[in-house]
Amino acid sequence: MYIPPSTAASPLVVWLNGQRLPREQLPFPDGEVAAAIQTGSLCEQPGLINTARGWRCVRCGNDDPYLFASFPCARCGSDCAYCRKCLVMGRISSCTRLVHAALPLPYGRYEAPLSWDGELSAAQAEAAQTVRQAVLDRRELIVWAVCGAGKTEILFPAIAAALEEGWRVGLATPRVDVVRELAPRFQRAFPRVPLAVWHGGSDERGQIAPLVLSTTHQLLRAYRAFDVMIVDEVDAFPYSVEPMLEYAVSQARKERSSLIYLTATPSRAWQRDIARGKRNAVVIPARYHGHPLPVPVFEWCGNWRKRLERGRLPENVFSWVLQRLEQGKQAFLFVPHIDELETVVRLLQRVDARIVGVHAEAPDRAEHVQAFRDGRVPLLVTTTILERGVTVPNIDVAVLGAEDRIFTESALVQIAGRVGRHAAFPGGDVRFFHHGKTSEMVRARRHILRMNEEAKKRGLLCS
Amino acid sequence: MNCLLCHSPYNPIASWRQLLLLEEPDVLCPRCRGTFAVIRGRLCEMCGRLLEEAAPSVCADCLRWQEDEQWGRALVKNRSVYLYNDWMKDVVALWKFRGDYVIVEAFRRPFVQAFRRHFGRDWCIVPIPLSPERLHERGFNQAEALARLLPSPYFPWLSRKHSEKQSKKSRRERLETDNPFFLADHPPLDGKRIVLIDDIYTTGITVRHAARILLEAGAAEVGALTLVRA
Repeated sequence: MYIPPSTAASPLVVWLNGQRLPREQLPFPDGEVAAAIQTGSLCEQPGLINTARGWRCVRCGNDDPYLFASFPCARCGSDCAYCRKCLVMGRISSCTRLVHAALPLPYGRYEAPLSWDGELSAAQAEAAQTVRQAVLDRRELIVWAVCGAGKTEILFPAIAAALEEGWRVGLATPRVDVVRELAPRFQRAFPRVPLAVWHGGSDERGQIAPLVLSTTHQLLRAYRAFDVMIVDEVDAFPYSVEPMLEYAVSQARKERSSLIYLTATPSRAWQRDIARGKRNAVVIPARYHGHPLPVPVFEWCGNWRKRLERGRLPENVFSWVLQRLEQGKQAFLFVPHIDELETVVRLLQRVDARIVGVHAEAPDRAEHVQAFRDGRVPLLVTTTILERGVTVPNIDVAVLGAEDRIFTESALVQIAGRVGRHAAFPGGDVRFFHHGKTSEMVRARRHILRMNEEAKKRGLLCS
Repeated sequence: MNCLLCHSPYNPIASWRQLLLLEEPDVLCPRCRGTFAVIRGRLCEMCGRLLEEAAPSVCADCLRWQEDEQWGRALVKNRSVYLYNDWMKDVVALWKFRGDYVIVEAFRRPFVQAFRRHFGRDWCIVPIPLSPERLHERGFNQAEALARLLPSPYFPWLSRKHSEKQSKKSRRERLETDNPFFLADHPPLDGKRIVLIDDIYTTGITVRHAARILLEAGAAEVGALTLVRA
């Protein structure tokens, strides 16, 4: 890229590089900022714009009238609208100005940056090659990989290729836990490449590096920053229901850039597009250890809500739990909602006081999950928050009330995907207790069966 | 309708009474509303904090205030609406520091009720001001936002010098620092009863600093209505 020598980057431009921020958040005197805007090295945009529907937040893309409010603004002296959606990143109101650097700064190339000596399975290697090509061609690609396929390693050759080109790579994921878990793995794989980790509690957020790991929220800071944009768990709450995160991705990537989506459970619309060839995808139907995915078993359990009201669990559910306790095999029990979770935990604690429940709002969530990992908790009752991410070697999984709306195909596939992750324990029981089979349950089961068939056909299974 | 705080949908018509009297529906869902802890029961006559059944009618903190010649009579009373529980801390952080102004609507009804119950129309409303620097930083003054909820007009008779954020100082330090308040444009205050409005009563030093300025200018008595008793 050609940068005219006259605009030899000022500290301000270097600091702001790749970010778009409210003008008052810049740690520079306002006069300096004004001068930079004047010379054209910085661009300024309004924070909110008025559309036919009403306000639209330029930072987060929110245009839901319900998520705007107004206040008597002391800065501009008038009634100022503001966006309630992205408040955590600092309030954007109608008198806010967003600034970004007009030109991205060039980056150095890295020779052979990858020092990872692991080995890809046949399925992984094939996918890795496709991803690498998509990155070099700056295309869009969906990586549809079953739970436990080893998605992260698949990215390494592609990222290495991008770094050799002197490109910037951003990986966004909805969960902070995932960012934290991935950071050391990337650091080990690319030891000579500066890595910036962006999440709410990190000091590095906003800092541009050749390799950036970000929560989708913090990605709102970036503007036209990445040549390679990787979005992990696109189907995961909240990405699928949050247009904001899609918007963040569209703003953070450069106009000419590749976009790689990683998912174990693409939405139905995407599955259709993939089948019709409207979207490019590479499918990895087998786990890295080459064993098939455990297939869920459906079991009717009657009107379990009514039984809970009477202070009892359905008998088959209860005996499933007792069996695990007797065998000493750890298990997850998923329930649809917090209220039910509390009842179920209370009932089960009579049998074994070590049993605990976790849900999104539980303050001691991390502790309980750790206790489960350490084997101090025999059975963890949970809402869908644990449907992904938490991997424990040898467990069984049951869902109580699998017919509930909250258990979509994608949620159920993810739940089933908790089982048999470890090569030493590739099997396990996946049981959906229900009061009336739903099409989502059937789809989830079919999804898993189809993946196993495909894996077998392609010779990716070891047995 | 969606809850102002948790954004989840709920049915805002909670009772027949509400429907028949055409009361404004609550902006919060029952779950969020129920997580606020309203101060109810036996109160310290002075600072409005909740007291144990057997305790004397003035709390230990206020006794200490009353022994102080300089500060003992600065304030006639404080009344607060809510306890400072963890939930309230989160809500205040969102409202004041993140700047989600509209959350003040959640306090409207209880705050107005408390004003009517403990003060009333013959009290002049004066919100605790922010320094110009802090006001610019936040974009609004949370005390003024509360004062706007009340049925009578409010008066910006006080101004404030910029000083360190108070929460970083100890009680002793705060007592000894110079009074940050001074009078702005104001009519004669002689004989006026004034109620100060603020978001949080912690040690009481802020409202007493403000009260002193108003008393010195001739106010008859000064009380305080605060959202939270920490």
